[in-house]
Amino acid sequence: MPRAAATPRRANQRDTGLEDAELRERLAYTWGRRPGLIGWLTTVDHKEIGRRYLVTAFVMLALGGLLAAIIRLQLARPEQHVVGPDLYNQIFTTHGANMMFLFAVPVMQAFSMYLVPLMVGTRNIAFGKVGAYSYWMYLAGGVFLWVSFILDIGPDVGWFAYVPLSGPQYGIGKRADVWAQMITFTEVSSMAVAVETIVTVFKHRAPGMTLTDIPLFVWAMLVTAFMIIFAMPAVMVASTSLILDRLIGTHFFNPSEGGSAILFQHLFWFFGHPEVYIIFIPGTGMVSAIIETFSRRPVFGHVAVIISLVATGMLAFGLWVHHMFATGLPELGASFFTIMSMLIAIPSGLQIFCWLTTLLTGTPVIRTPLLFVFGFFFIFVLGGMTGVMVASIPIDLQVHDTYFVVAHFHYVLIGGAVFPLLGATYYWFPKITGRMMSERLGVWNFWLAFIGFNVAFFPMHILGILGMPRRVYTYQTDVGWDGLNLLSSAGAFILVASFALFFFNMLRSARVGPLAGPNPWDAGTLEWLAASPPPPHNFDHIPFVTHATPLWAERDSLPIVSGISVNTREILITTLADAQPEMREASPDSSIWPLIAAIATTIAFIASIFSPWAAVWGSALIGVTLVGWFWPKSMKEDEE
Amino acid sequence: MQGSRRPVSTFVALAASISMLGACKREIRDIRPDPAGAEIPLTNAMVELSPGGNPPVTARTKKGEDYQKNAYQLAQGKTLFKQMNCSGCHSNGGGGMGPALIDNQWIYGSSIENIVATIREGRPNGMPSFRGKITDDQIWQIAAYVVSMGGKVPSAAAPSRDDAMSNLPGESRRDATFEKAAGPTTGLGK
Amino acid sequence: MIRRLACLFILAGALSGCRDWQSAANHAGAEAERIWSLTLTFTIVLGLIWLAVMIAVAIVIRRRHRAAVSLHAAMLDDEKHRRNSWIVGSLLAATALTVAILTALSFVTQRPLFAGRAATAGVRLIGHQWWWEVRYDGATPGEMFTTANELHIPVGTPIRLSLESTDVIHSFWVPSLAGKQDLIPGHNNSIELLAQRPGIYRGQCAEFCGLQHAHMSFLIVAEAADAFENWQAAQRAAAATPQESDRAKGAQVFVSKPCALCHTIRGTPAGGTVGPDLTHVGSRAYIGAGVLPLNMGSLAAWIADPHGLKPGVNMPPVHLGPDELNAVTAYLIGLK
Repeated sequence: MPRAAATPRRANQRDTGLEDAELRERLAYTWGRRPGLIGWLTTVDHKEIGRRYLVTAFVMLALGGLLAAIIRLQLARPEQHVVGPDLYNQIFTTHGANMMFLFAVPVMQAFSMYLVPLMVGTRNIAFGKVGAYSYWMYLAGGVFLWVSFILDIGPDVGWFAYVPLSGPQYGIGKRADVWAQMITFTEVSSMAVAVETIVTVFKHRAPGMTLTDIPLFVWAMLVTAFMIIFAMPAVMVASTSLILDRLIGTHFFNPSEGGSAILFQHLFWFFGHPEVYIIFIPGTGMVSAIIETFSRRPVFGHVAVIISLVATGMLAFGLWVHHMFATGLPELGASFFTIMSMLIAIPSGLQIFCWLTTLLTGTPVIRTPLLFVFGFFFIFVLGGMTGVMVASIPIDLQVHDTYFVVAHFHYVLIGGAVFPLLGATYYWFPKITGRMMSERLGVWNFWLAFIGFNVAFFPMHILGILGMPRRVYTYQTDVGWDGLNLLSSAGAFILVASFALFFFNMLRSARVGPLAGPNPWDAGTLEWLAASPPPPHNFDHIPFVTHATPLWAERDSLPIVSGISVNTREILITTLADAQPEMREASPDSSIWPLIAAIATTIAFIASIFSPWAAVWGSALIGVTLVGWFWPKSMKEDEE
Repeated sequence: MQGSRRPVSTFVALAASISMLGACKREIRDIRPDPAGAEIPLTNAMVELSPGGNPPVTARTKKGEDYQKNAYQLAQGKTLFKQMNCSGCHSNGGGGMGPALIDNQWIYGSSIENIVATIREGRPNGMPSFRGKITDDQIWQIAAYVVSMGGKVPSAAAPSRDDAMSNLPGESRRDATFEKAAGPTTGLGK
Repeated sequence: MIRRLACLFILAGALSGCRDWQSAANHAGAEAERIWSLTLTFTIVLGLIWLAVMIAVAIVIRRRHRAAVSLHAAMLDDEKHRRNSWIVGSLLAATALTVAILTALSFVTQRPLFAGRAATAGVRLIGHQWWWEVRYDGATPGEMFTTANELHIPVGTPIRLSLESTDVIHSFWVPSLAGKQDLIPGHNNSIELLAQRPGIYRGQCAEFCGLQHAHMSFLIVAEAADAFENWQAAQRAAAATPQESDRAKGAQVFVSKPCALCHTIRGTPAGGTVGPDLTHVGSRAYIGAGVLPLNMGSLAAWIADPHGLKPGVNMPPVHLGPDELNAVTAYLIGLK
């Protein structure tokens, strides 16, 4: 912005009494990134980082999908040799770990990173530098896993990596360490985004936006963020103890020296079950947002949905043992987890009823995003039903670790998270790129995905009942699984085609799609107030919010807040419950230190697979970069 | 944005692959040994004593090099070491009725080829010949593992501790200093 | 009846060669029967709920509006809002009730499962990568015997198996007889089997256990009490000394080649404990934990190149001349 750069910079210029055009230009200069590659590497803008997260997560989705296609190719016929057992084990492990840790959680956090500040009406996410750091860590973790996979060091012990198979004696070489350390990378990055989300929602909301005025998508991301903070440490304990067992010979999981193989499963599933909800709850937030806009009315039972989100988030921590019913638990303990698993049907049911009521009492307009929501109802509710089945101990003892469970969780995760995600991409794409995605291709995309998914995964329920266990690289001809597996593989390739169409639609629409304007769907929440794509500062004026759907309640005359600096990065801090303005605070400037700190952390993490001393010198290295990060700069003090 | 993202990730990927290329061979799992594989003949000197103070001529083999650096072969060797009851005489490498295997004193040579010859042919005073009792590949695996007991293989490939009681650190935690320390205390049966 | 229905359903799914011997739907055990009827109850109840939701979605789709419309007035209508709240509230109560009923049903079904835990086991099952060691207990050492990958049980008598593992976690699962139970190093688990009708039931390891998890199956032969007693008596006996010359040569090959260091044949010097006990290997139906049906051809192929059939298996390829291979195969096949 050469003109703005030439403008003399007076101290503490406020936004009162400035022409709209000049205000926009000055704010964009203040909040914009530096030019060139350095600007690209140093930016702390939540939109830039959110976009990177999105692109990277979609790349991971495509890579993981390719592995899934190989899996289905191998299983299409009995006793095939498309890949051998060694490669197959790496493929299914990398597919699972990639989809859970490098696609599903990050893609939801990408939407959170991009949309939450816009939806609560602020100019950047809290702790922008942490956001940049988290992205670099995520990228490093993803590259680490995939480079390892290509080099034949891909983890081959399952995405759950049970000991002793992943332990020092049976987990040969460094493959299990790659799994464990990839977890560390992604956990660091997702914990960082979780903290940012919580602080942004609690303290950076636009004035007037009370807790119940917060959009349901933001509520969903808030609950998810808390779940990440409570769940992820458990898996870090598990994976770090595993690395310690493997590297320096500790005995956490060694029964003959007082450790326990079951302990690992408890730690893993204490994270692993909430993980499913960490992926699914953002999906419900997307569903709420899409239903609200396309049924042309606020979601029925706004508060009830919030309560059910929070209840789901809490109950999710009391279910983990239903992954372990076959390990020989005492009856009382196991039954407790049956009851808890059944109970979670109640808040989930409440949300479904509220959405259906919204659609039935509104005036639904069917566009591609809503199509995907209908797909979500069909698939996710079916997955929820089989979820009730696996909560029952006797049924679970039959179907546990069979293709029935494979079908169940793909119904829950693809139905509950990926279909809403595709809908959300169609829905928010115009906001992110300024262009609409093609509706025609969108409808094709939906039907291919819907038919392909059901053809691929429904037969797996029956295969599970017919006795086909999970994680087998092949099966024999004399057990009668041939036909259904072939059918499932055929469906899988329809599903692959639908994703190819989806990516094509995105890439094409980003260039030639029709221009969207700020609010193409005439939606009610704050992100549609900003231009599409939003300028670096998001909003020219910070709005004052009086309603959960402010753009609908005050269609033309949204009140604004004034008196905010235009030549320093200044944001409003508001109170937790009522969002009363509390103080102004400086939002961080661009910085190269997040990247440097991430590189240092990456070196320390990878080296500590090979030598315990890396934890020592690596910490020192990270410490040095943190000194640079926190080096005091002369800046205006925060004002009351 | 997409345009400038690519060079960076490519660079990271490239740097990571270069630094890890050395790992490739360590992790390969040759899970289908050649069913017609024949025994590799060895031409090792049997003892370190040789006239004129020259060291014994030891011809190195590629197979020996590969097996010592390969995590899978080492792990298989470790399993066989237990299954074939090598510990019955050699304890867990510390020595008992038979000599210690973790120190740096070798009666019949310390290279993998020498150890293969020892296992294949047997030695006087108790070491039985395993030729024909186990396959030749298995002999190489056990020999590679025996080399790793003294910490003389890459630690990233060496086996780690067992899921069993043991008073020794895992093979991947052993290095030259361990071997030296083990020398005087476990010199039984020499 | 239900079994017929299930098989019909499966056939409709364009299945070829439905042998149906590893299927939870084709139940032949007390436990499997209880679980199957619970599964059907759950399927019907939950299927109806799913259908109700789909009908609601269908109504929404019927009432769609073609063009974009302005905001709906429903958001402001108080009375309608109260009525809808009541509807959602009662649906929620109905959900809670359904959940409670299903939980109670599940609880009733699980009672017998946990009731017999304390009983002593007559058979020890030990999981290995990637085969099953089976040890039948007896009052005297002479009555004990070891076999592999194939268990016989008497029909109508509950048999408790103790489940152990010496390496990684495996899971014992015979869908036609009962649910699964894990074999975990350092833990004592057990499972009770009660076969209601004679037959051969297939089981398979259900917990991922490494390279050859896919080829780790076994057979359960449920037979009448006297047939079971005969089988036990035959298994207890040492291997008979071969009379035919080629088989005698095979026996010689077995003990002089690497075979004997890993496998036991009782009554011969072969006493290895690394691989399966082969004393009566000829009486088993399959080779290599379910890789191929046992016959001269498959056994010879297995001995010559086990990794061609089961890559990564711990049995090494043993170099034998054609004569030796034929002789040792004939010898082993004859060990009934």
